Amino acid sequence: MSALRVCVEGVGLWSPRLGSFAALQALLRGTAPPPPSARPAAATLPPNERRRAPESVLLAVEVAGQAVAMSGRDAATLACVFASSHGDQATTDYMCRTLAQAPAELSPTRFHNSVHNAPAGYWTIATGCHAPSTAVAAQHASFGAGLLEAVTLALSERRPVLLVCSDTQGAGPLRKVTGCAQAFGCALLLSPTPGEATLARLALTLAPLRAATPLPEPLATWSDANASAAALPLLALLAAGHGGCALRAAATLELRIEMEDIA
Amino acid sequence: MPVSTIPLAITAYTATTALGHGIDAQLDALRQARSGLRPNDFGNAALPCWIGRVDGVEDSPLAAEHAAWDCRNNRLAWLGLRQDGFLARVRAARERYGADRVALLLGTSTASIGATEEAYRRLDAAGEFARDPRHPEIHAPHSLAAFVAAALSLEGPCMTISTACSSSAKVFASAERMLRLGLVDAAVVGGVDTLCDSVLFGFNALELVSAAPCRPFDATRNGISIGEAAGFALLERTDVAPDAPRLLGYGEASDAYHMSTPHPQGLGAELALREALARAGLAAEQVDYINLHGTASVKNDEVEAALVERTFPAGTRASSSKGFTGHTLGAAGIVEAAIALLAIEHGLIPGNLGGRTPDPVCGPQFAWRNERRRVDVALSNSFGFGGNNACLVFARGGFPA
Repeated sequence: MSALRVCVEGVGLWSPRLGSFAALQALLRGTAPPPPSARPAAATLPPNERRRAPESVLLAVEVAGQAVAMSGRDAATLACVFASSHGDQATTDYMCRTLAQAPAELSPTRFHNSVHNAPAGYWTIATGCHAPSTAVAAQHASFGAGLLEAVTLALSERRPVLLVCSDTQGAGPLRKVTGCAQAFGCALLLSPTPGEATLARLALTLAPLRAATPLPEPLATWSDANASAAALPLLALLAAGHGGCALRAAATLELRIEMEDIA
Repeated sequence: MPVSTIPLAITAYTATTALGHGIDAQLDALRQARSGLRPNDFGNAALPCWIGRVDGVEDSPLAAEHAAWDCRNNRLAWLGLRQDGFLARVRAARERYGADRVALLLGTSTASIGATEEAYRRLDAAGEFARDPRHPEIHAPHSLAAFVAAALSLEGPCMTISTACSSSAKVFASAERMLRLGLVDAAVVGGVDTLCDSVLFGFNALELVSAAPCRPFDATRNGISIGEAAGFALLERTDVAPDAPRLLGYGEASDAYHMSTPHPQGLGAELALREALARAGLAAEQVDYINLHGTASVKNDEVEAALVERTFPAGTRASSSKGFTGHTLGAAGIVEAAIALLAIEHGLIPGNLGGRTPDPVCGPQFAWRNERRRVDVALSNSFGFGGNNACLVFARGGFPA
């Protein structure tokens, strides 16, 4: 298989410690940035939707908005792939708790917010986007599988694609099972061709799974605390501007990623 | 507009629904216009409605080596995989191409959330999940695909698509793109969703569940009947199976309107339909049969019937099969793909079961009763919450001749 080559035009990032890709760059340069506000701003959502939306939506919309803004592209035309290992864990916790106690009292709004594609739904509604949108999961390989889906879409259809990967903090008894101790979300704006907004060009190949790419602290700890933080090796690579990494893309596969010269 | 799409051969397919296990059971029930719906006998709390329940799921344990994946959804998956010689066809593809050259792309809306619901009913004294020998991964959306990957010994790209009721239609689109780029040589696609309290009480809370068997496109329809199903298909390049039926195209689009109500003019559905026809290189006049999404919700059917009426000639036949199977949610795409393929293979237009008094919005395209005619091209519509729309185009092997 020849390498899949895509350009990165935007990067979004949100965690309780880092509110943007620039904050990660600062952290890796040795400057500890101030933490962001307690909830993702998700400014792309209209205020009434922002009040109603579950945390998974705020997180996904926040990082999506950052990546699209960096690229300068029009969100309304972008195909989008939303990946998450667990979906909205507070909603799942609410649903299962209510169903165990008083199923007839289940909230209709929280039910429709429970679908895995809730972030894709809110995002496309907020941006007036009629392009294809999807929502995927692959356990601890959700970022890699989502990246493969997004790159495949960008290259086969020759169109820019927004990739978002995010998981909320675990809630209730589910938290021990998912192991998500803190929220983490990131987004990439991927384009099949280089342009003025190109930040980096990546060459990706699928290969049998090997050992994970080691990460410096505190990234390694964060990576263990959220399934979507499996994206950190690539985000660190983008922050460094050179080198390579490997990300799990399925139980048996990894994506090997090399950064190439843009020229 | 889309870049050229490659046709794919559907070299094997299977479906297990309330109509029975495997393709012959589906065909037999369709021919006899026999519904699989029954009064709700599922779950821990009674909800007066009708459901499309698959018989025998509880009596279908997983193989011993996969016991850690045991839950009702994976049991239905395993039951479905064992029909129609599907396991042998996948094994042959794995041997032909290599385990890492076969993708596994499955759609599901709720995966094994039923197992999580059950864990919440049996919390221990500390309020945590009781000790359980099963994989904690059964409490995640990828439970289904992870189990099926293990059961089929596949080592290629493996992903869950979960876009509510369009999930297992969209897997065909993802598979086509992976094959087109040469990432894999074949793909197992499909989907499984099982009855669970989340969907029964969730759709009930939205006032979308009918107390009676669902009546798609009927003037008096008042909601859906929830069903469960497993379905799978094996996709390969057409040169290895020139006579097999084909996926000719697909369309995907977003409504950008509302989380749980379709766009009033069916904008996303129409975009998906137009893209699907464009990819397939077909005009609307060339479509012989459309398996509609047709959930029997007031809004969906109104919007979808109007789309059919303004797009297709009277000669195109259209029907919903939800009156047979119930709305199988994330599995609806694959189940209705199988029904579209049966229509092509057997020249059978299934009648729109449950619709006795046609809604006046329905045009002459509607097949209210079974019809026999040659079908070369069949579409399947699947629309989901979040305004997520997909349309698939299937054709007879070798079409266009």
